[in-house]
Amino acid sequence: MSVDPLVLAEGLTKRFGDFEAVAGIDIEVRKGEAFGFLGPNGAGKSSTMRMVACVSPRSGGELRVLGMDPTVEGPKIRARLGVVPQQDNLDNELTVRQNLQVYGRYFGLSRKHVRDKAAELLEFAQLADRADDEVEPLSGGMKRRLTIARSLVNDPELLLLDEPTTGLDPQARHLLWDRLFRLKQQGVTLIVTTHYMDEAEQLCDRLVVMDKGRIAAEGSPSQLIDRYSTKEVLELRFPPGEQDPEPVRDLGERVEVLPDRVLVYTTDGEAALAAAHTRGVTPVSSLVRRSTLEDVFLRLTGRTLVD
Amino acid sequence: MSVGLVWRVLPPGLYARRARAVIERSYLVNRRAWMTVLSGFFESFFYLFAMGIGFSRLIGDVVGPGGQTMSYAAYVAPALLAASAMNGAVYDSTFNIFFKLKYAKVYDGMLATPLGPFDVAIGEVSWALIRGAIYATGFLTVISVVGLTSSPWTILALPVVLLVALAFAAVGMACTTFMRSWQDFDLVQLALLPMFLFSATFYPLSVYPEGLQWIVRLSPLYHAVELMRGLTAGVLEWAMLGHLAYFVVMAVVGLLVAGRRLGKLLLS
Amino acid sequence: MLRPWQARLLVVESMWTWYRRNWRATVFSSLLSPVFFLVAMGFGLGSQIQPGGLTHGYSYVVYLMPAMLAAAAIQNAAGESTFPILSGFKWSRVYWGMTATPITPAQVATGQLLWILGRLTFSLTVFAIIGTALGAAAGPGIVLSLVFAVLTGMAFAAPLVAFAATVEGEGDKFNPVFRFIVLPMTLLAGTFYPVSELPAVVRPLAWITPLWHGTELTRAAAFWNFELWPVLGHVAYLLALSAVGWFLTVRYFRRRLEV
Repeated sequence: MSVDPLVLAEGLTKRFGDFEAVAGIDIEVRKGEAFGFLGPNGAGKSSTMRMVACVSPRSGGELRVLGMDPTVEGPKIRARLGVVPQQDNLDNELTVRQNLQVYGRYFGLSRKHVRDKAAELLEFAQLADRADDEVEPLSGGMKRRLTIARSLVNDPELLLLDEPTTGLDPQARHLLWDRLFRLKQQGVTLIVTTHYMDEAEQLCDRLVVMDKGRIAAEGSPSQLIDRYSTKEVLELRFPPGEQDPEPVRDLGERVEVLPDRVLVYTTDGEAALAAAHTRGVTPVSSLVRRSTLEDVFLRLTGRTLVD
Repeated sequence: MSVGLVWRVLPPGLYARRARAVIERSYLVNRRAWMTVLSGFFESFFYLFAMGIGFSRLIGDVVGPGGQTMSYAAYVAPALLAASAMNGAVYDSTFNIFFKLKYAKVYDGMLATPLGPFDVAIGEVSWALIRGAIYATGFLTVISVVGLTSSPWTILALPVVLLVALAFAAVGMACTTFMRSWQDFDLVQLALLPMFLFSATFYPLSVYPEGLQWIVRLSPLYHAVELMRGLTAGVLEWAMLGHLAYFVVMAVVGLLVAGRRLGKLLLS
Repeated sequence: MLRPWQARLLVVESMWTWYRRNWRATVFSSLLSPVFFLVAMGFGLGSQIQPGGLTHGYSYVVYLMPAMLAAAAIQNAAGESTFPILSGFKWSRVYWGMTATPITPAQVATGQLLWILGRLTFSLTVFAIIGTALGAAAGPGIVLSLVFAVLTGMAFAAPLVAFAATVEGEGDKFNPVFRFIVLPMTLLAGTFYPVSELPAVVRPLAWITPLWHGTELTRAAAFWNFELWPVLGHVAYLLALSAVGWFLTVRYFRRRLEV
């Protein structure tokens, strides 16, 4: 049985003047999955999200959201979307509860409905005790949860989250991830952009790695690691400027040199480490770990993600 | 031609006919900040008190519309009504909207819902008018009660002052869509204060030499002042239709420019 | 080791550096606005007013000019003592940057007031020159009016800076200050006509404002018409307001920055 994809893009392009932010990408997001855009700042993730959210007209290519064309049916599509923008744009002139209620009214929901819905979402976002407070003094994590709660006020079929946890402390991130898991279990389709590897691994069933407006790779996190990296990685730390890859070059399939360390990609990290010691290599410290999406990204673009 | 027809021919993405939700938001915000709203009343009354009462001995009676003699307070009160309509409408449609557009990002949030830019524009202008109507009603009531009006035509000052407010709000909003930073708002001040002071608000047009009189006649506030003064004094002239036409043109041009520019700005 | 006055002047210097790049934004409020008022009210409305006892026999614009100096001082002081102060603590956070150096919070406070003093002196001098060029000065007494006007401005600025140093939020608390203090004071406390023209119940309210004392002084100077005891009383009142304001400013700056 084939189910129509919720989002279907072919050759999707966004230009700002001469600058091509999104350079012709193909994506397909299926119902019920959590789909991720992974990439550094400026990769074109947010521009893509804004086009999918029907607030930014595409410059070229095809785009169908919920089976409709955003250019023609923007309001109809937006009525069934939830959007969590990169920067919280909560209404600081309203209370926490009013933020949810007023937003619901923008969707044309009845007053009674938004009142009940707001109470439910306040519980969901663990903000019930702050319901009648101002928005401004809330912590970053609370504001983020409120923005997510707000995006759910219309029971969206598709939730767009642009860097949901950027700038939050670890505890706040885990709480947020937990809420997003629950939504997924309820059958909400998620599209997430992030430049955090762990977030992509935690949340996404399937993701695309974006770089410079293009898609560099596509697959599930484990598929991507299988395809573009090795099972384990040996990290050897050296004082800056003293890292020399030559003695260890043949210990793995591939070696990367970063400003402060050398990475050896291998199926058996401990064996590689032992071999390195035998050869008289003396790093400041060493670490054997499993491959992550960070390694995939490094392989694909030759750069680390965050900087 | 009904207003509804105009909105129906707009591109579907720009207007979802839900401007009411935007007005509701303004209502909630203002209900929470009721002190600020209430204090808006006082500005006009401080001026009325300072001008009307303070200058009563210094100036005495003046010649008003149709050559009738009136107290200076009765002369200046309708002009203050017109000026406060201008100030309120321009403030709401420039500073307020610019802040929400660029800083608070309130409209970005709205446009992620089915609302379109025209819902936002209509909602915001409507709220400015509702607030203006409340102020104007209060002011007209007070000046009528204390005897500064002399004609039942005063009642017409309310709808007319709303047209004036609409015209200023529309043009103000259109200007806001061209503004880049707070520095540009100096220009708003630079337009408002001289207009407030020099549009025959506090003294008759005849004070100016002939050439300057024609320049003053270009000022929209001058036309608003003439309308308000004529209505509260009960002196109706054909020239009033000309004044009204001035504001109809202002409102239409302003709204067209504002709507088109807002769409461009918000949906990039 | 930084000497105390050197530190305070460094604070002024840093504000000057900012101002040199951003002065255009302040031209309207500090200069054009009082000139517009002087022309509209002095010449325009003044044309309807016969010179007489109330105007000391001068034409209305000459009567108005010294008081406009004091009123412009209040307006300028209000602008300089509210949002810029909040910004120093909250948005631009320059005060925090300064106190990370050997400069103390108390020196920042005094430096800030000195800066306002400088700003007032400069804008009012320019306004006085423009007014004189327009023929609104009664005589050389205008120079002394200028000094009194600056004092009036400081008598309002200093307490207001102290208040601003206690404001936390987005500055909503300043709106009532402008609406219920600055505007009615400017309109009613002797700028356009003697307070005796107001109903008796309102007069005491005018008497407590710094502007009323200021207009009495600037007019006395402009028309060279001094009565010893009233003049001393007005000056004492304005100096007292400035001193209390200075004291509180230092105190609140320390309370906020020494944490």
